[in-house]
Amino acid sequence: MCPDSVGTRGYKGEIMEFTEDQILRYSRHILLPEVGGEGQERLLNAKVVLVGAGGLGSPVGYYLAAAGVGTIGVIDNDRVEISNLQRQIAHNSSRIGVLKADSAKETYETLNHDVNVVTHKERLTSANIKNIIKDYDIVVDGSDNFPTRYLVNDACVMLKKTLISAAVFRFEGQLMSIYPGDGPCYRCLFEIPPPPGMVPSCQEAGILGAVTGVIGTLQATEVIKAILGIGEPLKGKLLLWNALDMSFRIVKVPKNRECPVCGEHPTIKDLIDYEHFCSMSH
Amino acid sequence: MTDDITINKTIDIRGQVCPYTFVRSKLAIEKMNVGEVLEIILDHKAAVENVPKSMENEGQKVLAVEQTSEKEWRIVVRKDKEKKKT
Repeated sequence: MCPDSVGTRGYKGEIMEFTEDQILRYSRHILLPEVGGEGQERLLNAKVVLVGAGGLGSPVGYYLAAAGVGTIGVIDNDRVEISNLQRQIAHNSSRIGVLKADSAKETYETLNHDVNVVTHKERLTSANIKNIIKDYDIVVDGSDNFPTRYLVNDACVMLKKTLISAAVFRFEGQLMSIYPGDGPCYRCLFEIPPPPGMVPSCQEAGILGAVTGVIGTLQATEVIKAILGIGEPLKGKLLLWNALDMSFRIVKVPKNRECPVCGEHPTIKDLIDYEHFCSMSH
Repeated sequence: MTDDITINKTIDIRGQVCPYTFVRSKLAIEKMNVGEVLEIILDHKAAVENVPKSMENEGQKVLAVEQTSEKEWRIVVRKDKEKKKT
């Protein structure tokens, strides 16, 4: 069993009573030897927060809601635009102009009434991130820019929050699970963000919509595994997927002893607000 | 004969069909302690084979499968194992 499992075995140490609807809704989970009623209860008690309700956050939240993850936080201060709908499946044409956090809440809670979606309609900064993520078990990064990606990584390392981090670009995606104190963090892999102008933003680069679905669904699977404490997490491993040749590769990522945030002598002790250079940030 | 077996819990799932026969049996046995015995009363013929098979797959001990009337069966299972871990 993965030692990093989260969730609890009921409020009083006893297995909960499922309602008739829950027995039917979660029956295909309960049938799995690795899940059962106990695992389903862990899912219902779990608290997961999504950074972004866009291309990645949409499918992650959808599958977590379907799985019965009891509390899903959604951090996003953007509004739904028609250009989002090619990939951001939590939203729809009738929600154009609506805040994405509100749109996602409506979608996920309609799918499953067991789920409570908590909206955080603000941009993450060094000033608010710790306060927002502190009450969650797992953080899911589906952000579309490097400043947020590094901010989320550093905050998760500092608060020792499990972070399931993913990114997509054109026809490719990557995924890594970060367990602070036990394996590498994002900065062990890429120590500092690329300089502004070096990398095109996703708005400039384009993205095949279904790619976000594949990577987001893999990301949701890693979250559910972490909650249940089953299987082998992508800890110290970076999964790379290319849609054009349908290749999956897993690259080992060693922990960097000199990592500025999780190394032996960290130099980053306060969170950093890097300059936003992605035009879609605003 | 299973008369000498102490039954710790009985569930009556007559009217239930697969896979809910096993889902409900599994939820019942999860709440029990290792060594305790569950009696399952059911009337779905396919489940008479499927429930014992699934229970054994999960490490439990099937003590008896008996037809009690034309369309009813009882399955007696001892809990030998907590949830399977990977």
